[in-house]
Amino acid sequence: MTTGSVTFDTTLHSTTGHGLLLEADGVAKAFHGVPALRNGHLKLRPGTVHALCGGNGAGKSTFLNIVMGLLRRDEGSIKIKGEVVDFRSASEALDHGIAIITQELSPVLEMTVAENIYLGREPKRLGAFIDFALLETQAQKLLDDIGFPIRANARMSNLSLAETQLVEIAKALSFDADIVIMDEPTSAIGEHEAHILFAAIDRLKHRGSGIIYVSHKLSEIFEIADEFTVFRDGNYIVSGSMKETTRKELVTHIVGREVKVVEKERPNAGAPILLEVRNLSRESEFKDISISVAAGEVFGIYGLLGSGRTEFLEAVYGMETPTSGEVMLAGRPVPRGKPRESIKMGMAMVSEDRKDSGLVLSSSIAHNITLSALSLMAVSGFVKQQKEREVVEEMIRSQRIKTSSSELAVENLSGGNQQKVVFARCLTTNPRLLICDEPTRGIDEGSKQEIYAFLRDFAAKGHGVLVVSSEAPEILQVSDRIAIFKAGTLVDVIDGHGATQQMIMELAS
Amino acid sequence: MNANITKIATGTPSERRKAEITKDFIKSFSIILVFLAICVLFTSLNQYFLTWNNWLNLLRQSSINGILAIGVTFVILTKGIDLSVGSVMALAGMLAANLVTTGNEHLVIWSILAALGTGAVVGLANGVLIARINVPPFVATLGMLSMARGLTLIYSDGRPIANLTASLRWIGSGNILGLPVPVLIFFAVFLIGWLTLSRTTFGRYVYAVGGNEKAARTSGISTRTIIAATYVICGLLAGLAGLVLTARTTAALPQAGIGYELDAIAAVVIGGTSLSGGRGSLVGTLFGALIIGTINNGMDLMGVSSYYQQLLKGAIIVLAVIADQIRK
Repeated sequence: MTTGSVTFDTTLHSTTGHGLLLEADGVAKAFHGVPALRNGHLKLRPGTVHALCGGNGAGKSTFLNIVMGLLRRDEGSIKIKGEVVDFRSASEALDHGIAIITQELSPVLEMTVAENIYLGREPKRLGAFIDFALLETQAQKLLDDIGFPIRANARMSNLSLAETQLVEIAKALSFDADIVIMDEPTSAIGEHEAHILFAAIDRLKHRGSGIIYVSHKLSEIFEIADEFTVFRDGNYIVSGSMKETTRKELVTHIVGREVKVVEKERPNAGAPILLEVRNLSRESEFKDISISVAAGEVFGIYGLLGSGRTEFLEAVYGMETPTSGEVMLAGRPVPRGKPRESIKMGMAMVSEDRKDSGLVLSSSIAHNITLSALSLMAVSGFVKQQKEREVVEEMIRSQRIKTSSSELAVENLSGGNQQKVVFARCLTTNPRLLICDEPTRGIDEGSKQEIYAFLRDFAAKGHGVLVVSSEAPEILQVSDRIAIFKAGTLVDVIDGHGATQQMIMELAS
Repeated sequence: MNANITKIATGTPSERRKAEITKDFIKSFSIILVFLAICVLFTSLNQYFLTWNNWLNLLRQSSINGILAIGVTFVILTKGIDLSVGSVMALAGMLAANLVTTGNEHLVIWSILAALGTGAVVGLANGVLIARINVPPFVATLGMLSMARGLTLIYSDGRPIANLTASLRWIGSGNILGLPVPVLIFFAVFLIGWLTLSRTTFGRYVYAVGGNEKAARTSGISTRTIIAATYVICGLLAGLAGLVLTARTTAALPQAGIGYELDAIAAVVIGGTSLSGGRGSLVGTLFGALIIGTINNGMDLMGVSSYYQQLLKGAIIVLAVIADQIRK
């Protein structure tokens, strides 16, 4: 790593021939006596993409943090290119050629893309003045080499979330690392950007780097990974070649038992219409969209990032006000832009980002669960504690939220459990229509299937579900009908029974 | 503590529950321990400190800041701030006083209503600016700090109003069952505020809006109304504090309450309420106000010069917050 001209080298890197890039064995770490990782084991070969799989709490993050020098291990050994190491800081790891791309974005919004990429490593004139011209050329070359369609002189604040994520990736790659760790790199980007990323990963692979790839999206892992390692409950379970495993086998390793894939049955034909959306438009976001959801139906919406799918859901629910069109629930018009009224009429929304709009992280599980229905449990403004406790306990039981106490702040729960709290909150108002935006984002495979089963059950009781997902397998698995969104318009509505991944992806792109 | 955390993670359900409760206890009561430590310190340094009379005096001195701090807690819980409370005190006190001077003898109830009404109206103006017109709370209330002070000066022409009737003065200097009236008002406000925050739907919504406004809106809460309401409460209590101050000083001074907002904010912060919203409690604020009052009182007793008092008070505020960080 130098501050001089860092170019994106496409030739084979000067590693020690055929040796392993990284070899970890028996790595263990405990927090306050509670083991988070018991036996971390992983072998990374040059020129491969290695998927590190496991549910929430499997010990992946602890393991990666140790490799990156953010945590010190208690036991075990880590060798980088044959050399035993024990990093005390992230910069030591960086000096050994380890770079990381995390899901947490940290851009300086008022700077340009180039300034962000080389922050703290700017090329200088006379040792003090930043050479902006060189900085920009250098950054543009890096972006072009990895094939990211971004201008180096663009201001960060003008970039979309997906582009910001790509810049973070470019920044990590600018360190010219041999080992690149990617922790859920596609969680904030759409399928199109994901494929730009995969092409870049491919190039990295061919120049001899090794990539440790973490993702809950199994279809991605099967698309780009060569090898895999599974952790479960802090233990190493198995490693192998992706070519020799199946989706089902991998899921069984991750979850520790066979996961039943939810079967869907066709809803009754001729069921009454629950939700009707007529010619709904919102300036520059989506236009003239009409759909209807019948009682007993799960209605899926599939579209790429920027197709207007989230904006559409928010307008139906009332988080945003549409510019024209109308929404009817069970034949009655829903007031515009008033989530409070929508809830009263029988809607509930599981929003896209738990941390951003789903939960009050600093509040307890109990207070989050009853937030929407609190006025129903109160007499002249005072909350009936006994009633509230009953509702909370019932929800914790029925949603299978794993916690020692309902008084615990939600921020202490795993992603899967947090999402169950969001569902619980939505259910306390007894909704007839559940609106879900990416209901399984960042959730492990076992919990995903539980959520699918729940959505099917909910609809089977004569309710309706309107669900958006950017994961094609997910939308295919849960939906009775699928609407395809593209650039703010409704392209088609197809039957969800018998549709294929290829069909919907072609329609959407 | 480590064994306690282990129990949370691995113990049997009942063990876990106990460990959780102990943890919560430690969390909310560390402020009380700090308060007790300061009391022990002053008791050992001065024999007069731990006498009934001194404590009545200390509580009376803390009550005005305490009433203000309770209102400010509501606002800070929603991630806001109110810098205007000191000026609102002066304005409310001035309007209240003018109704009950010799030669202008209205019933004292009109005086009380005028003070509370003034506070509530200014609070509503703050609330509308912040929740409706989206002016940042710091800027809106900074503007109000200056405007309310200006109104006070215009209304009084820069002169104090004295000659208050006895019934108004009683609010500042009277006793009921041996307890000073300002202290009783402070405790009553605390009790009502505490019940509101911990037991009512409104209180829950205040925490939810401060913790995550968007999630609160998704959950069907009228977030703007809640935010505006906290400023009305804060203004109302500033009006009440202004009334008590006027009654205690037996005159309404145009320069009354200057800098009071800073002590009120300090009490809230020492009490562990987070400036980033959603976390905190009125129990913390109560003890935060008592800690500031105790420090002032203890140092007065020891004859520490007021210049040093300022310095020490500032240091203790920063130390309290550092201790809070370490505990987390």
